[in-house]
Amino acid sequence: MAQYLLEILSEEIPARMQAAAARDLARLAGEGLKVAGLPFAEISTFAGSRRLTLVVEGLPLRQDDRAEERRGPRVGAPEAAIEGFLRSTGVPREELQARDGVWFAVIRHQGRPTGDILGELAGSLIARFPWPKSMTSGVGSLRWVRPIRSLVSLFDGRVATFDIEGVAAGAMTAGHRFMGPPGPFAVRDFADYRAGLEKHFVVLDADDRKRRILNSARALVAARGLEMVEDAGLLDEVAGMVEWPTPILGDMDPAFLDLPPEVARTVMRVHQRYFAVRRPGETGLAPHFLCVANIEAADGGGLIAAGNGRVLSARLGDARFFWDEDRKLALSERLDRLEGVTFHARLGSMRARADRIAEAARLIAGFIGADPEAAALAGRLAKADLATGLVGEFPELQGVMGGYYARHEGLPVDVAQAISEHYRPQGPSDVTPRAPLAITVALADKLDSLIGFFAIGEAPTGSRDPFALRRAALGVIRIILDNGLRLPLSTLLADIASGAPPDGLVAFFADRLKVALRDQGGRADLADAVFALGDDDLVRIIARIDALADFLGSDDGANLLAGFKRASNILASEAKKGPLPEGAPVPVASPPEQAALFEAWRLCVPAVGAALATEDFSGAMEALARLRAPVDAFFEKVLVNSEVAEERTHRLRLLTAVRRVMLSVADFGLVTG
Amino acid sequence: MAAERPLSFQDLILELHAYWSAQGCVILQPYDLEVGAGTLHPGTVLRALGPKPWRAAYVQPSRRPSDGRYGENPNRLRSFHQYQVILKPNPADMQELYLGSLAAVVIDPRKHDIRFVEDDWENPTVGAWGLGWEVWCDGMEISQYTYFQQVGGLDVSPVSGELTYGLERLALYVQGVDSVYDLAFNDPHSPDFKTYGDVFLESEREFSAFEQDAADVGMLQRHFEDMEAAVPRLLAARGRQGQPLVLPAFDYVLKASHLFNLLDARGAIAVAARQSYIGRIRDLCRACAEAWVALEGAV
Repeated sequence: MAQYLLEILSEEIPARMQAAAARDLARLAGEGLKVAGLPFAEISTFAGSRRLTLVVEGLPLRQDDRAEERRGPRVGAPEAAIEGFLRSTGVPREELQARDGVWFAVIRHQGRPTGDILGELAGSLIARFPWPKSMTSGVGSLRWVRPIRSLVSLFDGRVATFDIEGVAAGAMTAGHRFMGPPGPFAVRDFADYRAGLEKHFVVLDADDRKRRILNSARALVAARGLEMVEDAGLLDEVAGMVEWPTPILGDMDPAFLDLPPEVARTVMRVHQRYFAVRRPGETGLAPHFLCVANIEAADGGGLIAAGNGRVLSARLGDARFFWDEDRKLALSERLDRLEGVTFHARLGSMRARADRIAEAARLIAGFIGADPEAAALAGRLAKADLATGLVGEFPELQGVMGGYYARHEGLPVDVAQAISEHYRPQGPSDVTPRAPLAITVALADKLDSLIGFFAIGEAPTGSRDPFALRRAALGVIRIILDNGLRLPLSTLLADIASGAPPDGLVAFFADRLKVALRDQGGRADLADAVFALGDDDLVRIIARIDALADFLGSDDGANLLAGFKRASNILASEAKKGPLPEGAPVPVASPPEQAALFEAWRLCVPAVGAALATEDFSGAMEALARLRAPVDAFFEKVLVNSEVAEERTHRLRLLTAVRRVMLSVADFGLVTG
Repeated sequence: MAAERPLSFQDLILELHAYWSAQGCVILQPYDLEVGAGTLHPGTVLRALGPKPWRAAYVQPSRRPSDGRYGENPNRLRSFHQYQVILKPNPADMQELYLGSLAAVVIDPRKHDIRFVEDDWENPTVGAWGLGWEVWCDGMEISQYTYFQQVGGLDVSPVSGELTYGLERLALYVQGVDSVYDLAFNDPHSPDFKTYGDVFLESEREFSAFEQDAADVGMLQRHFEDMEAAVPRLLAARGRQGQPLVLPAFDYVLKASHLFNLLDARGAIAVAARQSYIGRIRDLCRACAEAWVALEGAV
């Protein structure tokens, strides 16, 4: 068993593409080896700023010999057809085998040396690698993410040869661009390669790089009594930008601490890829930053820290220019500039959208218990910061800056907060607004988009969701559930749309709720069973689903579900013979199982009704649970389809009634799992 | 390197000229029209098209009317200087050549953190894009590095490598100064020492006011229409050798482009109209690009 090592060294690969590239490399290699009939024990891949590396362990030295059987013409076919078959297979006539009146040829493929196959495989894998964005270089036609500089291709200690536009695969690679001895060095196998890279100041594994960054950054800040504001996304990115990660703590001019902390953090994170630093237990920033350099400088990084600090000051200085300029105009005075900003060609300008959000917020306020006038004001101003200089420069601060400007001009605190939070939740990890006015405006913003885009036929289809409507609907759902808001969603949509909600929008919400449940590990079929009741109060729907899940998880629930299905089947098959008997069930003296089921049903109906009226769904399930034993006994002892017509009628009426009381709690027929 | 003290602004340019001249570049002068970037110099945008090899380097004063800060911001200028290098086809060791140029201006990559950070460049008005990086020195973007993939809306082959150095930023870095106006323009020990502010501050003040406040919008709009009309006319005209007048036509594209930038700085371009203006300039540029490729390919 032997090992294959492939390294593709290129100019700097964008950090955001590296993780996917490592996955694609593993997948393509696995597929290629399978097609080539080469078994292997394990594939590992690594990606970093300059290299993609593949290691395959446990490969055979040669491909196995293979026999391929090919079906030919039927026996007795014209001579020309048989000759053609012989030519295409290369098999002599005397070796043809006849089976079931058809000629078969067995072609023997001799196994080739694995190294030869690997060279070809690597070449073809590189030629069709799925980079999200690729380029050609010089006079070449190969597409890669950036120009390829060298290739290592070693199988069992020997070069598995191939070349790509003049770059020949070999056994030489390069270390860090600037540290360590210059020039390429030779490698023998993966262990030697990895150790050689480490010696030449390259950490191969992204997880190693991340660990080293975290460990030394934490130690650096702790020594100064500080802590870093940890950020997993930024860590991933930074680890993809350096081969020899070297965290450095720099100083930020404390004069900038009076800027909103979000501004400094955005400059640090988005523009400079620095981690912010704070004192433990404080929310504001400390006047420092953490950058991750790619070199260990001889002076300990003093020059690097100073240079980065100057850049940060320049960026923050520019932010301050906008912050000062922006505060000279009130948000309401910026609304006119939104006239010139198109929201969507068929949905008008951002100004028109601001007016719609204001009206929607006014309507929603009534349901939430927020002040309608304050809601309309916050709704109208929510988008005004799009016309400010700072948001023009830092679009990711939209909303947040509107909140700051609103506070600055003396608008009520809850209005400012509503403006600040109206984009929330912006992703699965973002929190939902909690204050009534903030909830109102956040809902108005999303519902206006949803109603508008559905009305012009721009509902998401398949993977296409250019206006992020799925996220908007999920945001609405999360805001409602997190805050336990009791809203008749259909009525609310109709009110905002001034008419029936656009086609498909209510169903879209149901669908999103199901997806959200499934993502949390819940059962989508239970959602169907509850949605079938036609409710549009999401809080009630979820309470019902939760109670149903508990019930079906119990012994009584599982057995009653089986009883429900049996009753439904009997009723369906009897219905084929003619209309089912109408009317309420009546008490009978015998058989005792029928009498007992009647009695259980008689008691169950008011108990379920009372529990549902108070939204006590567990209570409703408990009431249903008392049907379980009588239903089981009934099916065991009583023949529904009695030859005595009157008995059959009574029993069918009883089953219909039992089924009906169950359906008032959930559509058990839609429970599949 | 004899430089005990940091390079002055003009020495920086002279060192880069010497370095790129040694790499076989023709050293051009700045184009004598108002442009927003060194890329727009016909020595880049047209020469990147067609099959002929080409290596050039030059300084290009670049006007960005919307960036004017009336001389009051130490880091933002409405007119700054780009050092532009184009290598066609891009050589395999272009990154090393670039790093060599940093060494020539005394930036030591063992003391400073040099990084190639993804930045895919595009210029919609000339229908050009490419893949590459912004190059960081200790977190400061000092260059843009691009492998052109399209210019004038046409795929390019061979591919050119383009390097654009922000000279003021580079000088701020090399001299360790915080305000652009404090940069040493010539040698501080020369008999008549001048700072960058001595040379350009008044210009920043006056042109910021001109471009953002005083320029006559009606006139700019009329001129834009005139320049736009000139381009197809010149491409239809023929020179003594029977060629379309591509180079003069391209001048008018540049003039239209600058007029657009002025209108934008005056706030005279509605957001909705912006795309349409950009599209008009791109169409003009594409017409020039096609005529140029036809001419170059025909040789």
